[in-house]
Amino acid sequence: MAKILVAIKRVVDYNVRIRLKPDGSGVATEGVKLSINPFDEIALEEALRMRDRGAAEEVIVASIGPAETQQQLRTALAMGADRAVLVQADAGAVVEPLTAARTLLALVEREKPQIVILGKQAIDDDNNQTGQMLAALWDRPQATFASTIELKDDKATVRREVDTGLETLEVDLPAVFTTDLRLNEPRYVKLPDIMKAKKKPLETVTFTDLGVTPKQQVEVSHYEPPPVRQKGVMVKDVAELVGALKKRGLV
Amino acid sequence: MAANKILIVAEHAGGALNPSTAKCVTCARAIEDGEITVAVFATDGSSVAAQAAALQGVTQVLQIDNAANGHPLAAVLAPQIAALADGFTHVFGPSTTFGKDLMPRVAALIDTPQLSDIMAVESAHCFRRPIYAGNAIITVKVPADLKIVATVRTASFEAVADGGAASVEKRDVQVDLPTHTRFVEISAASSDRPDLQTARTVVSGGRALGSADGFRILYSLAEKLGAAVGASRAAVDAGYVPNDMQVGQTGKIISPELYIAVGISGAIQHLTGIKDARTIVAINKDAEAPIFEVADIGLVGDLFALVPELEKQLA
Repeated sequence: MAKILVAIKRVVDYNVRIRLKPDGSGVATEGVKLSINPFDEIALEEALRMRDRGAAEEVIVASIGPAETQQQLRTALAMGADRAVLVQADAGAVVEPLTAARTLLALVEREKPQIVILGKQAIDDDNNQTGQMLAALWDRPQATFASTIELKDDKATVRREVDTGLETLEVDLPAVFTTDLRLNEPRYVKLPDIMKAKKKPLETVTFTDLGVTPKQQVEVSHYEPPPVRQKGVMVKDVAELVGALKKRGLV
Repeated sequence: MAANKILIVAEHAGGALNPSTAKCVTCARAIEDGEITVAVFATDGSSVAAQAAALQGVTQVLQIDNAANGHPLAAVLAPQIAALADGFTHVFGPSTTFGKDLMPRVAALIDTPQLSDIMAVESAHCFRRPIYAGNAIITVKVPADLKIVATVRTASFEAVADGGAASVEKRDVQVDLPTHTRFVEISAASSDRPDLQTARTVVSGGRALGSADGFRILYSLAEKLGAAVGASRAAVDAGYVPNDMQVGQTGKIISPELYIAVGISGAIQHLTGIKDARTIVAINKDAEAPIFEVADIGLVGDLFALVPELEKQLA
């Protein structure tokens, strides 16, 4: 029976307003709430729904990160994943998308899933690369930015959110899907599920175990805040607004 | 011979070159000692290739005609681009859904990292790009011996003007193409209004419009202004307008001369999409809305009264 592999990333919670370290060496993450990347949560929700419809029998959730990433994997297990794999990286290590894709490929070769689902991008680095890279290395179809996924036999029909509207693709399985916001609304975790999740298997492996050599090829030399827009003016009515627009030559 | 040879993957549809390609050319021209080639993948790319050849700064256009290239499928295009990339130092695509889907697949086949959303060129191997929804800008450097694959943040670059006269060469790329991915259809919300990503003026609405019907006052104002119409994620999620109208971090990143935000509170992910607008006007009944922190001109009040009044006074 079919397996689904879901990849999740531990990121600064989307509600946190990030702060840069004063010396420009990075983003301050100490004492900051960390969560599952929201797009990956959507990916997990979709996998769980597929399994619950009988389209697959097992949902495996995987992540690459420091030991603390176990917290996010436990949350994923509480949402309903059957088991978890953590590929443990050194604290503070940078995992570039190409390394993440290679690592996921190693897991794919081990687990042989029919479907891999991940978020279209992580909200920290905003790279939007890993799913596509995995599909390339695996030499399988990709359907990115999915807003609906229908499975039938060994095929999937996916509607994708693209700049010009909605595009529909048909792909042969196995395949890689990346999620857009409107694919589903992830469930909330209930307390009894958190208790149950503690008993579910969570395996920790290393890059070496998987035969992957992490590479860091992109050097990040400086972090800076975006340029600030100058504070504008308030107008009291439409006439004043039209006057201001005319003065700027905009209407 | 130029030290940097840059290959740009053209985005096009219906025989027309997408303006994002001309923006990629501007980005590529910022690289010193560079030579720019544009690749056009199509069933018959003659018309698109001619448009690309007319862009200033382009030296050569490669036209790769193949029945399999009728619709831009990443799985089909990527192996052809990877094969073509031999001899180039850089491979660029636009940071549109076309380029975001395609370029990482190319990078993985070439076995090189990708730089996403480059917004400034520091040198041939050093660029700046936004992270955390544009709340931080990082400087990234790639070793000189690696080929650079990148997507270009189109809102950061002006389109290059016409006036070039590059040569067009038909090229046969011999690689096995997969059949595991098939195009079915595209449903575009047809509209006579200007394109959201290239319009000079954009009028955008939020959840405060209340319904699909509520958006009518914006369409009417947009018509008067010759403007495109956008929306916040909240308005799209509520079903008032289709997804392709969404402006923001996960929707479209735009840079119009004038952006009029109506009934949009200004969530951080929306502001990310409009940071590059020249002038931002906000109309909102809540004087404390975060949109007023970035607006150049703010007006507090009932949008259902103010928008029709604005349209009238623009007469």
